[in-house]
Amino acid sequence: MTTTDNYRGYRGETLETLKAYNAQVWSDVEIKTDRGSFTGIVLPRSETADPHHIVLKLRSGYNVGVAAAGVQSIIIQGRREAHYKIPEKEFPYDPAKPRVKLIGTGGTIASRLDYRTGAVIPAFSPGELYGSVPELADICNLETQKLYGVFSENMGPEQWIGTAQAIGQEIEKGVQGIVIGHGTDTMHHTAAILSFMVQNSPIPIVMVGSQRSSDRPSSDAALNLMHSVKTAAESDIAEIMVCMFGPTSDQYGLLHRGTRVRKMHSSYRSTFRTIGDIPIAMVSREAITPLRQDYKRRRADKNVVVNTAFEEKVSIVYYYPNMKPDIIDSLIDNGYKGIIIAGTGLGHVNKPLYPSLKRAQEKNIAVFMTVQTLWGYVQMYVYDTGRDMMELGVIPSANMLPEVAYVKLGWALGQTNDLAKVREIMLTPIAGEITEREPSNGYLIFQGGIPEVEEFISRYRK
Amino acid sequence: MVFKPFGEMTESDYAAVGFKSGLEIHQQLLTTKKLFCRCPAGLYSDSFNAEILRHMRPTLSELGEYDGTALMEFKTRKEIIYQINHGTVCTYEMDDTPPFELNTDALDIALEVGLLYGCAMVDEIHIARKQYLDGSIPTGFQRTTIVGVDGSIPSKGRRIGIIQLGLEEDACREVSDIGHRRVYITDRLGMPLIETVTAPEMCTPQEVADVANILRKLVRSTGKVRTGPGAARQDVNVSVTGGTRIEIKGVPRIPNIPLLTYNEAMRQFNLLRLRDELNRRGITKESFHAKTDEVTKLLRKTRFQPLKNAISEGLTVNCVLLRGFKGLLRWQTQTDTYFSREISDRVRVVACLTTLPNIVHSDSPSETLASSEWQLLKKTVGATDQDTIVLVWGDIQDAKTGASEIIIRAREATIGIPSETRQALRDGTNGFERILPGPDRMYPDTDLPPRRITHEHLANIRKSVPRLFWENEVWYRELGIPADVIEPLSISPYTSLFEAAVKEWHLSPTLVAVALIQFPKRVAKTLARRFNFSIETMREILLACKEGTLTKEGILPTLMQVAAGREFSRHALSARSTEGEFTTALARSTQELSGIKLRHMERKHDVLMGLVMNKVRGRIDGRIVSERLGGGQTEKRH
Repeated sequence: MTTTDNYRGYRGETLETLKAYNAQVWSDVEIKTDRGSFTGIVLPRSETADPHHIVLKLRSGYNVGVAAAGVQSIIIQGRREAHYKIPEKEFPYDPAKPRVKLIGTGGTIASRLDYRTGAVIPAFSPGELYGSVPELADICNLETQKLYGVFSENMGPEQWIGTAQAIGQEIEKGVQGIVIGHGTDTMHHTAAILSFMVQNSPIPIVMVGSQRSSDRPSSDAALNLMHSVKTAAESDIAEIMVCMFGPTSDQYGLLHRGTRVRKMHSSYRSTFRTIGDIPIAMVSREAITPLRQDYKRRRADKNVVVNTAFEEKVSIVYYYPNMKPDIIDSLIDNGYKGIIIAGTGLGHVNKPLYPSLKRAQEKNIAVFMTVQTLWGYVQMYVYDTGRDMMELGVIPSANMLPEVAYVKLGWALGQTNDLAKVREIMLTPIAGEITEREPSNGYLIFQGGIPEVEEFISRYRK
Repeated sequence: MVFKPFGEMTESDYAAVGFKSGLEIHQQLLTTKKLFCRCPAGLYSDSFNAEILRHMRPTLSELGEYDGTALMEFKTRKEIIYQINHGTVCTYEMDDTPPFELNTDALDIALEVGLLYGCAMVDEIHIARKQYLDGSIPTGFQRTTIVGVDGSIPSKGRRIGIIQLGLEEDACREVSDIGHRRVYITDRLGMPLIETVTAPEMCTPQEVADVANILRKLVRSTGKVRTGPGAARQDVNVSVTGGTRIEIKGVPRIPNIPLLTYNEAMRQFNLLRLRDELNRRGITKESFHAKTDEVTKLLRKTRFQPLKNAISEGLTVNCVLLRGFKGLLRWQTQTDTYFSREISDRVRVVACLTTLPNIVHSDSPSETLASSEWQLLKKTVGATDQDTIVLVWGDIQDAKTGASEIIIRAREATIGIPSETRQALRDGTNGFERILPGPDRMYPDTDLPPRRITHEHLANIRKSVPRLFWENEVWYRELGIPADVIEPLSISPYTSLFEAAVKEWHLSPTLVAVALIQFPKRVAKTLARRFNFSIETMREILLACKEGTLTKEGILPTLMQVAAGREFSRHALSARSTEGEFTTALARSTQELSGIKLRHMERKHDVLMGLVMNKVRGRIDGRIVSERLGGGQTEKRH
């Protein structure tokens, strides 16, 4: 062990103090200070915390910080090192059960404490998963592969492409379903790009995560995992889906189409919602209940098409009043090849941007319009401003969600620079990203306080 | 040897069994908002707008171990329902939003109490998650932090150690717990409270109650804690020589403590004797033998109603054979309580078989099955005259869990006393609640960073730390104030004010004490509701007395007016000219008197006196009025 390991996370005066008494991390100590005496185990210190305090785990299990400046003496009484490890058990094999592959990319679906930062870090191993959610063995024979270990904000084209290729390989190997563990923040981006990169899948591909990390007793991780594994193993829905809590209660999950789903709350369990449509199905531990019939069915073949083309020079511009043209100009000047605008209302931006939009048109940059209202279609004929913009080459992209349009444009530009072809790819629905019609129950944001809504939530669990 | 009845136990009897007890006192703090969110604190209502459902799963501790309680709760497979009122609960308590910053008002109160205890105050507080898988907190853990360790309080000439003082969020209130469904209402959830943990240094049940009282008074003396039902709750730890630390949870009233701790000491004493008896019979942890058979069919025709009903509902009956246990389920544990209850409790809690009776056994055969049925069962499962058989029934899974819990608990009897938390019952006995959790249920809260408590911060808090109430009491006795106000005054928020009024303003100690303690009570009685007079209001009133603009007779009426919503201002009072006021009052009274037909003219002076006093009472002393009216009789009212 190196010195830094022996005094993990300590620096400055705390490091000096601990070294002076040879009190390494995991030492069982009694520290006398100007405030009194504290007895416990020296824990590693988070690197982001200040360099003035020593962390002690008291006999009662509580942690306290002791100021190094006040330390009068440290008596070392022993040593007790912690080994944080979920009991690993080999996943049992049952020839009668379907094969499901769990591909890990990171996120809080499986996570553990990180002493370095004091925060949770992703941890992923099949044995750990079985150790903590043994119910999975009742559903399938689970194989796991840790593809990446990143937070979802660090997912990008490299990981999308790698994941799409891994899916293709697993389908080739003949698994009956694939589950992808993913951080929730950008799960809808990944779900969308996978919907374009992996087409004609014969099996369910289910993305799953958790809003409460699995180190919490009330975590949604275990139930989400059970729901997603059940969907992968048993459902006949051969699409890219997101499987997360329906209500905040531990009741059922929803299967959302990968191109119509969005994270809508920073912390709620029921954060994923299908936008402008209804989900494909509900899933509980007992049953998968389809809510619609127009989904792609499971097949016995392996005729999946994987197309991982991707152009990274694509951006989303979220329009705001008084936006200056330099925002668009900087994208043009930096060599961007595609821009998705999230416009106001039916798809608008202000006039001062027009010259820049014209420049973009001249530079052969693909510009598509989406709506920041999320629900509803772009309609650029209603007002003159919309018509003007179309003259400038801005293409309305129906009811494609801004994030979906963003990844699709990257995918389209990865295949061709011919704007006519890009336009054709963008406007031809591949996986439900554009729908012909918005059903009347596709837009439902209940408003709390209204008597009938209050009556509804008093009757059904949230 | 038998454990003596409660009334006959002496200090030396307790010493002989090695009685030791410690306290964990939970005291809610008087803050307007909750600890980790900005919901209002202290608003209770049984009505709710919505419900959510959760399950709890055990997770690993920071040191990488599962906690015993956590695993037990997982076995119970409870559905937990939370009732939610929009007014008192936000998405934080529902565990759908991360915590907001710690309520600094609550922190300051906790620090003040820590200083009162003479604790070693922590330099940097770390929020921990203490796991509770019973569902009483939707997150599955309580956010909690230690602010001080190693303090002490005096009791009967010695010091009782305070191991630690914690600041934490309160849990839900349980509404019901039937079968696999437990219901909580969430209004109390998240309210700030302090947890005081004493060393296990109390040697008799009475001493435990005495120390609880000292602690109660001490925290109340800050004036910053909640009072009333449920605002303070005691957990009592008890052990005897050879026994183990048992925690009795949720003792609502201090006077219940002596009988509860006595019964627990008796239970441990008797369980140790039960172990000795088992060992004498050759039954040890290793040689212990038990087995389970399904006997539903054998009892199809039983007339014993609970089993008859169960079988007609299609439930399963399991028969557990406890080899060599004959008679031991009738072994006394607590007052009028037997070992069979230990088993029944476990079955109730772990297997969720909550309808009683949930077991019957061959040690109490008469009230239950027919003797022929017992004979048949014994023969079928191969029981001898030395054995005991126990029946448990429920759906197939619960009956299985129940049978396995019976065996687990019986086997534990060969070892001694299982580590448990137990609930206080009304009759002074206690029942099983759950396996005693250990330090393995602690986990650092990664949602909140540590927080520094600087020397300057502590120095500031130290300024508002009240004088120790027992020191106040000594001084009050010396001052000779009425005995019944000594204690309430000593722990009231008015102690500093009292000191100023007596020492600096030279007001009569009795007058001040009565004004501060008894008058508010009289106001409450008159209005039939409690009214809290702020220290500021009381200060103004007493200063007015000191300045002579308010008389002692005026205090109570003034308090009544304040309680009725009128603000009191000493300056408005002193701005008035006493002389002018008297002249006006006299003129108006004389006029009124002329309109009154007096039957006894000799009483004219008294009537005039009365009329004037009605107008100036509280502001001009009666004696002065009488003198000014010209030497008549003084008013009889005082």
